[in-house]
Amino acid sequence: MSVLLFLIPVALGLGLAGLFAFTWAVRTGQFDDPEGAANRILVDEDEPLPPKS
Amino acid sequence: MSVVEAATGCPEQPSGPVGVGAADPAPFVRQRGGHNELILTVRGARCAGCLAKIEGGVRALPGVEEARLNLSNGRLRIAWSGPLPAQRIAQTLEDLGYDAAAFDPSSGDEATAREERRLLTAMGVAGFAAANVMLLSISVWAGAGEMGAQTRTLLHWISGAIAIPAVAFAGRVFFQSAWGALRKGRANMDVPISLAVSLATGFSVYETAMGGEHAYFDASVTLLFFLLIGRYLDARLRRRAHAAANDLAALQGRTATRLSESGQTKTIAAGEIEPDDLLLIAAGERVAADLVALDDGLVDESLVSGESAPRRVAAGETIYAGSVNLGGPFKGRALASADDSLVADIARMLEAGEQRRSAYRRIADKAVSIYVPTVHSVAALAFIGWLASGAPLHQAVFIAVSTLIITCPCALALAAPVVQIVAAGRLFQRGIYLKSGDALERLATADHVVFDKTGTLTLGAPRLIVDDVSQDTLAQAAKLARASRHPLSRAIAFAAGDGPVAASVKETPGLGLEAELDGATARLGSAAWVGAPSQADASLWFRLAEAAPVPLRFEDHLRGEAVAALERLSRLGMHFEIVSGDRRNRVAEIAAALGGADWTAEASPTDKTARLEALRAEGKRTLMVGDGLNDAGALSLAHASLAPGGAMDVSQSASDAVYSKGLENVAATIEAARCARRRMLENFGFAALYNMIAVPIAVAGFVTPLVAAIAMSGSSILVTLNALRPSAGSPK
Repeated sequence: MSVLLFLIPVALGLGLAGLFAFTWAVRTGQFDDPEGAANRILVDEDEPLPPKS
Repeated sequence: MSVVEAATGCPEQPSGPVGVGAADPAPFVRQRGGHNELILTVRGARCAGCLAKIEGGVRALPGVEEARLNLSNGRLRIAWSGPLPAQRIAQTLEDLGYDAAAFDPSSGDEATAREERRLLTAMGVAGFAAANVMLLSISVWAGAGEMGAQTRTLLHWISGAIAIPAVAFAGRVFFQSAWGALRKGRANMDVPISLAVSLATGFSVYETAMGGEHAYFDASVTLLFFLLIGRYLDARLRRRAHAAANDLAALQGRTATRLSESGQTKTIAAGEIEPDDLLLIAAGERVAADLVALDDGLVDESLVSGESAPRRVAAGETIYAGSVNLGGPFKGRALASADDSLVADIARMLEAGEQRRSAYRRIADKAVSIYVPTVHSVAALAFIGWLASGAPLHQAVFIAVSTLIITCPCALALAAPVVQIVAAGRLFQRGIYLKSGDALERLATADHVVFDKTGTLTLGAPRLIVDDVSQDTLAQAAKLARASRHPLSRAIAFAAGDGPVAASVKETPGLGLEAELDGATARLGSAAWVGAPSQADASLWFRLAEAAPVPLRFEDHLRGEAVAALERLSRLGMHFEIVSGDRRNRVAEIAAALGGADWTAEASPTDKTARLEALRAEGKRTLMVGDGLNDAGALSLAHASLAPGGAMDVSQSASDAVYSKGLENVAATIEAARCARRRMLENFGFAALYNMIAVPIAVAGFVTPLVAAIAMSGSSILVTLNALRPSAGSPK
């Protein structure tokens, strides 16, 4: 059972890491524009087009 | 580029008021560290193509350093340095085909956004705690019988160490609200929630300290997690509805031009108008505050009185806010600030309507008022019953707590917000902006529709009656009309189609146009301008050289989709009637075109509200659809109300939802609202059924933390899935 003393802190640490990532995302506005983020990857910004090699 | 190009056609025809160009956003520009900053609300952008076009177009302007569009809420943030006028940015967007208006950052959006983030953070913490405590709880349940008591107690203590701070942090939302309600001597849904969560946590601490078998730490955090999801969705819906209402108000072009004593003009926000300000009303501009005209002018008061014919005003007459200037620019002295510029009657009626409406009780509230006392008495009875039958105090408390936990209104608190946010999201895609969640419920129960005519059933813009004008005359008049932006001129140009423009057209504001056509002088304008006998029945005259003046008549055209839309309403079992402030013959014509609907003409705002009162007395639940200032009282008094996107902001704020794109959306709103109501009732029915099964089991003492965890999660997931189920009539 002594493995618990090792595994429980690991599980909690992983959970806490996730929680910090989430609060960071909320605070820095990552959820402010979900639609824009989804559409922005479709915008072509390669102008002028890079030369074909 | 293919994706971007495939998405063309996104910008639709602006649905805003006709004849009002891009409003000058200059008063809303803020200076920050040598940069100018402006936030614009852009309507119509919804894909990557729009995004690229808007950001690219604005960035190409000289001096622009940053332009970023938030596609979710339509806000475009622009930062620039240099002399670029803000008007030019707005005009660029207008030219691209998007409506743009300044966004006022002081409109309270920041506070609601902060509240939403607080809920989201609380939800994250509760989710973290729920996941980790559940991990430990499952080990306890799975190891039952094999696990030593010491290990179990250790796991319980670790659970407690996670759960107690999480409950204290994430539960604040509910504790504060419950405390607030209790202090006023009322009970809301948060009272049983707070009681269940704190009792479960407290009991578990005692149980763990005693080395007992059952701890409810997992139940208290999971409960909070589910409830916070519902609460967050609710807050999000309210914020989005609020923002939509704000944006629509912003699109009304809430700026005005102030004239200083020395004759210099300055563009100001409508909110800055003070009584006695000297204002310059440009051609086509909407009057922002009640004012006394200092010059003669011609105004369209269709939004104020419902009268579709333009009114000629002489100097000294009062013009109400909401009128549109059809003539040349004129000066006026403000009588009141923009916020006070409501006819006192209408303001009073609005207030009365608001009071009536806030008395409406939501289905969820009704459910809670039955639910709270029932659950609490059942738990109390279970406690007393077990104690009386000789059970030890510890066991009686355990059973009472498990009854409270298993009956906690998880499904109830999720049932309404999830259904509402799904319905609101679907309506949003169709261009219908919902103001609040309970609006959906009221819209669903409406059975009688009262329509305003001008601007609602009709286009609210003049159309030339082509039949009594010869093709020749029309072609010649159009050569002059194409040079002018006056609404009547544009109606002629529209009727004639594309064609040549006469050389050197001169426009005399308020009177008409003059030009040389094949060597002869042609005039288009008022009766006095062309020298016609002054008669009231024609709004415009055309005269070529010395020939007899030709009258040009205009009518307010029925919307193309009106007949189909009303048929759809009839199929839904709705009756409808027209109550208009316009003249008898015009209303009768429209009613006949709509298949002989009931109608009332020449109705003043008071007549309109009286009609609604009469319908209420008959026991009808009325849905009012209207756009004018004269409808605002009726809109706020009706059981439910809708306003089109081009309506006065007063009317929009008095109504439950604002629709764009045409009358079809009225029927669509009703359908969506009824579907949402059905879903909601199904969910409440399900919650009731769940409690009927779960409560006897809990009272009998068979509920362990494992059973509680399964029952709670299962019911919440089922309710959510039912809400997300697409409706039969939904698009896609």
